[in-house]
Amino acid sequence: MSFFQTSDPAAARRLFLGKSGRVLSGAAVAMLAGKEALAAKAGPSSASDLQILNTALSAELEAIAAYQLGAESKLLQPPVLELALSFQGHHKEHAAVLAKTVEKLGGKPAQAKTKYAFPVDRLHTQADVLRFAASLEQGAVGAYLGAVPLFSHGELAKAAASILGDEAMHWAILRQALGEVAVPAAFVS
Amino acid sequence: MKRCALALAGALWLGVGTVAQAAPDARRGEQIYARCMACHALAYDRVGPRHCGLFGRVAGSVPDFGYSPAMKKSKITWNERTLDRFLSAPLKMVPGSSMTYDGIPSAQERADLIAYLRHVDQTQACRAQAPPKR
Repeated sequence: MSFFQTSDPAAARRLFLGKSGRVLSGAAVAMLAGKEALAAKAGPSSASDLQILNTALSAELEAIAAYQLGAESKLLQPPVLELALSFQGHHKEHAAVLAKTVEKLGGKPAQAKTKYAFPVDRLHTQADVLRFAASLEQGAVGAYLGAVPLFSHGELAKAAASILGDEAMHWAILRQALGEVAVPAAFVS
Repeated sequence: MKRCALALAGALWLGVGTVAQAAPDARRGEQIYARCMACHALAYDRVGPRHCGLFGRVAGSVPDFGYSPAMKKSKITWNERTLDRFLSAPLKMVPGSSMTYDGIPSAQERADLIAYLRHVDQTQACRAQAPPKR
């Protein structure tokens, strides 16, 4: 049964989380971290690949911190909190695989900041937190979309596109939770 | 007849080359700015530096922000012209920049985005968040 076909939101969420988490981690790890040959083949352009990966890693680390902020805000109802933590889990998986890939390509992975500047003064309700998360996820979709054409390795571009797909799902679910049209257009930019 | 067809083709070609661009629209630019929000915010530094105070700022000069060496050395001063060039292909203008983004190919979208950035940069709220210019 598809996520969209079930009328029970809790069951839908379990179904969605169960599927998306497994698919992403398996595919991304295989495409990114598991490719020993990719590291060996990395040519002169790998410096730019490393920069792209590290910029993406920095954004993922910030997203993890942002979801942590939301989780600790006490503004999220239990089902929404569960969802936020599951999305945070995806970002942790993205970050882990990006860091591992940077290391495999001979680079130094970007580190999480000790402190992030978030608009905490504007987060008063669950909807505020969801809107903030949605804006980060929308931005992430745009960032990965803008990064995919820059990779010198098709495998890395494919892996980044896999992460983009996950971020787009997050964005859609958050929009839905806010009562907005989940998928507002046929294309993302 | 052949001359007529050539004239028509020429007129069409000229037409393509002179498609009028709409006036920059800050409201459309605000929507485009959503793409920047993976890394940037107006009022505070994130993966990328804040945008308040952008116009007239020397690239790589927001205090305590961890710029790439390439951006620090770029000697760019941000204005409509330099932003338009940078946003069209960031890594072509500043190779080695941390802004690993392919760019915004549409001149109209770049103009709208720059209009939005200019608009918010002039607001009092944004001025209060702008770092001191060097």
